[in-house]
Amino acid sequence: MKKFFPFILIFFIIVKTNVPAQEKKNTIKVGSKKFTESVILGEIITQLGRIKNPEIIHLREIGGTRVLWNALLKGDIDIYPEYTGTIKEEIFAGKKLSDSAMIDSLTKLHISVSKSLGFNDTYALGMKESLAEKLNIKTISDLHNHPNLKFGFSNEFMDRKDGWPGLQAAYNLPQKNVRGLDHDLAYRGLEDGSIDVVDLYSTDAEIKYYHLKVLKDNLHYFPEYKAVLLYKTSLKNTNPSALKSILRLEGSISDSEMIEMNAKAKLDKIPEQVIAANFIKQKFSITTEYKKNTIWSRLLYNTKQHLFMVLISLFGAIIISIPLGIIAHRNKKTGKIILSIVGIIQTIPSLALLVFMIPLLGIGSWPAIVALFLYSLLPIVRNTFSGLEDIQLNIRESAEAIGLPPFARLRLVELPLASRSILSGIKTSAVINVGTATLGALIGAGGYGQPILTGIRLDDVSLILQGAVPAALLALFVQWFFDLLELVIVPKGLRLK
Amino acid sequence: MSIQLKNISKRFGSLPALQNFSFSFPLGKTTVLIGPSGCGKSTLIRIITGLIKTDEGELLINEEILTSSNLYSVRRKLGYVIQDGGLFPHLTAKANVTLLAEYLDLDKTKIENRVEELCALTKFPKDGLNRFPGELSGGQKQRVSLMRALMLDPEILLLDEPLGALDPLIRFELQTDLKEIFVNLNKTVVLVTHDINEAAFFGDIIVLMKTGKIIQTGTVHDFVNTPKEPFVTKFITAQRSFINK
Repeated sequence: MKKFFPFILIFFIIVKTNVPAQEKKNTIKVGSKKFTESVILGEIITQLGRIKNPEIIHLREIGGTRVLWNALLKGDIDIYPEYTGTIKEEIFAGKKLSDSAMIDSLTKLHISVSKSLGFNDTYALGMKESLAEKLNIKTISDLHNHPNLKFGFSNEFMDRKDGWPGLQAAYNLPQKNVRGLDHDLAYRGLEDGSIDVVDLYSTDAEIKYYHLKVLKDNLHYFPEYKAVLLYKTSLKNTNPSALKSILRLEGSISDSEMIEMNAKAKLDKIPEQVIAANFIKQKFSITTEYKKNTIWSRLLYNTKQHLFMVLISLFGAIIISIPLGIIAHRNKKTGKIILSIVGIIQTIPSLALLVFMIPLLGIGSWPAIVALFLYSLLPIVRNTFSGLEDIQLNIRESAEAIGLPPFARLRLVELPLASRSILSGIKTSAVINVGTATLGALIGAGGYGQPILTGIRLDDVSLILQGAVPAALLALFVQWFFDLLELVIVPKGLRLK
Repeated sequence: MSIQLKNISKRFGSLPALQNFSFSFPLGKTTVLIGPSGCGKSTLIRIITGLIKTDEGELLINEEILTSSNLYSVRRKLGYVIQDGGLFPHLTAKANVTLLAEYLDLDKTKIENRVEELCALTKFPKDGLNRFPGELSGGQKQRVSLMRALMLDPEILLLDEPLGALDPLIRFELQTDLKEIFVNLNKTVVLVTHDINEAAFFGDIIVLMKTGKIIQTGTVHDFVNTPKEPFVTKFITAQRSFINK
C-alpha cells in the first residue's frame, strides 16, 4: 500500500483544487444553447446581471432546447434566451398555444418569460441582393413570377411540415428545381450561382456577409421566433435587482443589431464577451466586466475541468470494477451477469448515454462523470477477471495448499499476479476516458470539448485544435504515466525478461 | 499426525478418479503412490490437502474430519510440493519460503534462522534467496519449493511428482538429497510418481493404483515376486531399466 501513497496524494491534490467552490446561495446560472446567437445573448445577460450580483456564471453552449429547458425546470440554470416559436412549437408542441396561454403554461411550471427582446429570428427566404434587385423581388409572393429560380434548402427545412412543403402550398410557388443540402453549402451555392434562393434564419450572420436580401413573408406564413428570456420565477425574490438589470434587454435588440453581433462573432471571430460588452456600452452606456481569456488561461481552465472529470470517474471505476472482477472470477454465474451488464453499458453510444444522464443528474460535470464512470467499468472488470483467470492452476493451488485463507491469497498472491492485466485495463479506461470526456462539453461539463464545440460552431479550426491537441497530448501523457506506474506496481519478478 | 482414508470416491464428470479407496498412511514412513496417468494418485493428494472435496467417504487427519474451521490449521501442518514447484513468480525465493510465516506474523529472527537452516538442509545456495523463480534453474526451484513446504516444520510432507520435470542428472542429485532429508527428518511422507525406479528408491511402502483403486501394496520386490494381477507385472516391465539392473 505504501508505494501507492504518492499517487493517491497526487490524485487528491488534483481533485481538491478542482472541486468547484461551494456555490453561494444567490448565484445566478445563465444558460445558452450551442449556437452563436444564444451564446452572445447568454453573455449579455451575464454581464448585465453581474452589475448587481457578481455571483453570476454563464454555462455556455450546453445543448439544444431540450437540455436547456430541462435544466431550467430542474434549477440547474436560472435563466436562458429562448424564442417564442420554439416555446410554442417545440416545448409545448402540438398544443397550439396563444401568447397568453403560453404564459399561463409557463407560470404553472414556475417559469417566467420576459417581453420580446426586440428581434425576430424566424425562418426566412433569402437571395443575393443584386439578383433580387434585377428581378425586382421583394416578397416571397414575388417569387411566383420566376419559376426558373433554383432553390436550395437545408435538409431540415425540406422535411419540416412548416418548412418548404407548407410554404409552397401557402404561396402556391411553381418552382420545381428544389434541392436539399447542408446549410453552409447552400451559402456557397449562392456565391457560385448554382442556387438562387436559400432558407435562412432571419438574423444569420451570413445575411450581411453575402449581401443577401431577406424576402418579406407577406402572407405571414412563418411563425414568429421572437427572442425572449425564460427564467425561474423565484429570481424575482432571490435576485430582484440583478433580474431588473437583465430585463433592460426587453425591446432593445433590433433585427439588424442581432445580425451585426452574429456577424462579428462568426465572421470576424470576435469573442462573445467582447461583443456583449460593446453592445451594452453602446446601448446602455454601461461598462461591464468580463474575463479576458488568454489562450493559456483557457487551456488551464479546460485542463482542470477535463482532469476533474477523468480522474473522478476513473477513480470511482477502479474502486468498483476491481471488486466486480474479483467476484466475477470467484463466482462464474454471477460473473457472467456482471460481465454482460458492463458489456452492454459499453455498447450504449456515448452521446446517448450523456443525454440519458440529464434527466437523472441535470447538466454539468456530474452527469458526465457518471457516464465516463460507466464507460470505464468494462476494461477494468474484464482485465481484473481475465488477469485472475490466467493465473496458473498450480500457483493458485499452491497458495491454497500452504494454508493461506482466501482473502490473504487474493492480497498476497492473486492480485499481485494479476496486477499487470488490471493496470492495463485501467490504462485503457483512462485513455478512452480522456477522449470521451471531450463530449462532456455537450452537457455543460466543460473540458477540452468546450473549445472543440465552439470551434465547430464558429468554423474556427484553431479553436478546435485548442481542444483536440491537448486532449491527444493528455491521452499520451496518461499512457506514459501508466507505463511508469507499472514499474512501481507490477512486482519485479513479473517483469523479468 | 495420521492420515486415514475411508471408502473415498471421487468422480470428475463420468470419469471415476477414486473408487471406494481406503488406506492409512504409516507414520514416519515414506509412502509412494504410483500408477499410470489417470489412476487417481494426484487426486488423492489433492483430497488430503483439501483442494478438492470427496464425493463419498471420510478423510481423517489426526482422527479428525477436515472441515472449514480446521482446514487452514491442518494445511499448515502439511508440506506440499508439486511438479515445477508452484512457486509464486512475483516473490523472491526467500519471500516464497517465508510467505506464510510472515502472514502469521511469526518472530522475525526465528524466520531468519529457519531459512538459514533450510538452506543448509536443502543445499540451496544462500545468495539465491533474493532471486525470483524466473531466475532459478529447475532443480533450484524444487529446492525452494521444498524449503517452503518445510518452513513451518510440518508433520507430513506431500510431494506430487516433485522431480517430474527435471533432467536426469539434476533429478539424480535431488533424489539423493531428498532421500537424505526424508530419513533425517523422520516425517510421514507421501510421494506421487509414475517412475518405478523412483518409487523403489524412496518408498518404504509402494501403493500401485489403477483407475482409482489400489491394485497392490508392498515393496517393489513384492510386485516382482508376487504380483496380484497381470497388470502389476505389465506396469513394472514397461519400465525395463529397473528390471535390468
